[in-house]
Amino acid sequence: MIAAFALILVCQLFGEVISELFDLPVPGPVIGLGLLFIGLIVKRHPPKVLTDAADNLLIHFSLLFVPAGVGVVTQLDRLRGDWLPITAALIFSTLLAMVLTALLMSKLLPKPKASVSDGDAK
Amino acid sequence: MGETDITQLWVYLSTKPLTGLTITLVAYSIGFWLYQKTDRNPVCNPVVIAIALIALLLESTDTPYATYFEGAQFVHFLLGPATVALAVPLFRQMETLKRALPVIIFGVLFGSLVASVSTVVLAWILGASPETLASLAPKSVTTPVAMGIADEIGGVPALTAVCVIATGIVGATLGPMVMNLARLKDWRARGFAMGVAAHGIGTARAFQVNETAGAFSGLAMGLNTLATALTLPFLWHWFFG
Repeated sequence: MIAAFALILVCQLFGEVISELFDLPVPGPVIGLGLLFIGLIVKRHPPKVLTDAADNLLIHFSLLFVPAGVGVVTQLDRLRGDWLPITAALIFSTLLAMVLTALLMSKLLPKPKASVSDGDAK
Repeated sequence: MGETDITQLWVYLSTKPLTGLTITLVAYSIGFWLYQKTDRNPVCNPVVIAIALIALLLESTDTPYATYFEGAQFVHFLLGPATVALAVPLFRQMETLKRALPVIIFGVLFGSLVASVSTVVLAWILGASPETLASLAPKSVTTPVAMGIADEIGGVPALTAVCVIATGIVGATLGPMVMNLARLKDWRARGFAMGVAAHGIGTARAFQVNETAGAFSGLAMGLNTLATALTLPFLWHWFFG
């Protein structure tokens, strides 16, 4: 378990170093995600300790958002000043992106295997 | 104990990191309990409840956010490793990825662009300040990454965190209704769109409704994290740099 956490931290650390060294606009943890993903593809069968550690970190993923979210108390003035554009963007853009993406994907995704064989009959 | 004693005790306790950490876990537990009590009603989101409770406590006791964060930073720190850990559920979708890779990459890039461009354009028309625009732009990506992107392009990470969480809640509650109106029935497409537009909060919701939708949502969320982190800062500097 400790080794698995260490591996995750090493990926993040390398990610931070790469981001800093090459002055990339991509946050270190995302590069770490990429590094671990490449590692998993190379390894093919990731050890159970690693997948367990990752799953444990992600079960309460939403808890980890709380401290940052409480930062809302430092932003009350800005929220008051820009409440209309913020509210409009939050609702309209989110739903627009969702519906357009769903429409696109329902057209483009290959039909599941079952319905492909159904389709042979037509 | 007189009121001054209690005030003094709070002044003493609030400077201890233990207090901020404890408050965070207790508030989240209350939120999670309520969420389960209401049959996992997305309106009773545990994150929202926890944030509201803690914000009220800080405001009513005049405790600065920085003091609270001294304890809460231990929870906040885990966002980095948890982001790295997203590689594991992403890897589990490898089979799907291999089968429809070009379509999936196209879909993620499309959704990521629609989300950020429509956000920035709409908020700009309605007169948002430049810092607010930069803070809103990455709102469909999971919080730690969105905060990193916002910081990169001149936004306010704390405001981004609030917007990201609100985006997830809007997507998870109103999204399914709108997709029903658009007569979208393919669970794969619905889940995928949920993950692109409403990140982890949407994915959690998708898993409760349909296993396939959940898997596609997780896949789309992970790839959208990468796609937006890789494209948005470049686009931003290109347009506004």
